[in-house]
Amino acid sequence: MADLVSHPDEVKVVSRRFGQGAANLDRYLELDGYKAVQKALSIGPDAVINEMKASNLRGRGGAGFPTGMKWSFVPKQAPKPKYVLCNGDESEPGTCKDRLILEHDPHSVIEGVVVAGIAVGSHTGYIYIRGEYRYLSEIMQKALADAYARGFLGKNIFGSGYDFDVYWHGGAGAYEVGEESALMESLEGKRGVPRIRPPFPAVVGLWGGPTVINNVETLASVPHIMLGGGEWYASLGTPKNGGTRLFCLSGHVAKPGVYELPLGYNLKKMIFEVGGGIRDGNKLKAVTPGGSSTPVLKADECDVGMDFDQLMKAGSMLGSGGVVVLDDTTCMVKYLQRIMMFYQHESCGWCIPCREGTDWLKKTLNRFHAGGGVEKDIGNIQYLAENMLGRTFCPLGDAAAMPAISIVKKYRNEFEDHLNGRPCPLEAKALEAVPA
Amino acid sequence: MRFSDSFESRFTSMLGHYPTKRSVLVPTLLYMQDELGYLTDEAIRDIAQRLELTELEVRNVISYYSMLTTRPRGKYNVQVCRNISCMLCGADDVIAHLKKRLGIAHKGTTADGMFSFEEVECIGACSWAPAMQVNYDFHEKLTPENAEKVLDEYRRKGSQ
Repeated sequence: MADLVSHPDEVKVVSRRFGQGAANLDRYLELDGYKAVQKALSIGPDAVINEMKASNLRGRGGAGFPTGMKWSFVPKQAPKPKYVLCNGDESEPGTCKDRLILEHDPHSVIEGVVVAGIAVGSHTGYIYIRGEYRYLSEIMQKALADAYARGFLGKNIFGSGYDFDVYWHGGAGAYEVGEESALMESLEGKRGVPRIRPPFPAVVGLWGGPTVINNVETLASVPHIMLGGGEWYASLGTPKNGGTRLFCLSGHVAKPGVYELPLGYNLKKMIFEVGGGIRDGNKLKAVTPGGSSTPVLKADECDVGMDFDQLMKAGSMLGSGGVVVLDDTTCMVKYLQRIMMFYQHESCGWCIPCREGTDWLKKTLNRFHAGGGVEKDIGNIQYLAENMLGRTFCPLGDAAAMPAISIVKKYRNEFEDHLNGRPCPLEAKALEAVPA
Repeated sequence: MRFSDSFESRFTSMLGHYPTKRSVLVPTLLYMQDELGYLTDEAIRDIAQRLELTELEVRNVISYYSMLTTRPRGKYNVQVCRNISCMLCGADDVIAHLKKRLGIAHKGTTADGMFSFEEVECIGACSWAPAMQVNYDFHEKLTPENAEKVLDEYRRKGSQ
């Protein structure tokens, strides 16, 4: 399906088996498959969690929470069954990495789920895959059936006396379901409306039982950490930011694609060397470094190491690894308008600041970009967005607010240009494609 | 209602995967829709009965998920991504061209029932933008010209 790319600076850990037919179980076994589960069974839960803590692996879904610590929050004794839930509802605009993992290396995800289960004393895992990824759901269903047929899943796995079941689950179109508590609601057969926290899923999750929820890429990293050791994995990245990650380069870059690079890799180098620079000889204008929800960086802010802490310091976030590159022909007002149209569409409507905020922002930006803006709109956009921040039950409100605040702050001049009637670089055709 | 054997065997096995029946609802609705084209009143009654839910509870879930529909659609549902990465790579041109060629607007269906058209949010093809899905199949690195050729292929296949 999607083309694979490569670059000499890549450090292939999670993508090691891409393009090698590893969706086939025999091939996967030739490539060290299912050794990590056996190791986890032999060293036991505490040693697994220590190895994960040493690896400095942080959640690849976007929040960057330390995985080993997350697992350690699950109580050892619980009155209800514990669960592992793999989040494959990949839908943050700019992000297309989990798709490759699920296509090329589905067994590594299954293995990650089983290792997580062993670590927290769970006996059941679910792999949730978004509804649009039907072909990946089919690949996963086959991978699971193959693993069951060999006795790698089910009763007494690898003769250890430990039982572990893994099931697939499918969505039906909803960005919001990528949020962990909405994901659980969806898996329970309901609308994907977030839950109030605390209690956190590690204590009260699926059907009231303690639940570990991790992203596909996070879980696919786990078997490699089990085999290579936490220290080795940590050494690939920067302090407190262990390992590598799949960066999805898209937008106005000459060689878009999904590249696996060490955490801390310089963003400018990523764009100009790995990504081959800007298309059509244009100039770099801005970058969304970690999916549509992360604050934009201006061209002169791109000399930064791509890890959670350095990007936070630079006023943005590493997020989901979706690096969207914008050249100097891009209208930032239109870019924000398109982002806001998305968040308004995806807001579940439960919290008023998000439901009303995204709607007013979308309407204001639609009118503004179409030429009907007034000066106080600029301040209003900023004001609305700032008042959504931190005032919603789940991060969707923040996700909509952050790009808005950063774009108005950094590209105020472009908003003023629209008021002064200067033509927008993308003009005319821009708006006719927008449905009401 | 009668669904295919593969639907029924998947449904039965999925019921064993969860502590509550209702958990199978979302993926099952999508598989029902795949067989019927859309979620009919009869199908909604059927799944509600199977899972011991009210029809209202089922409809409440349907209205939340963007892929589920209670209205008939064309044989091929053309879903072009309009989100940022695709937009930056020319999705607007692809969208405008296909709408014109099909003669329908967002969420419209052609008179012969062959195509429906929808602008959708990110489908996870950002590095291969612009992209669309026709039913579940991905088509990437689109231009107005090659996108039209893709639809011609479907039209040929659909009229056989």
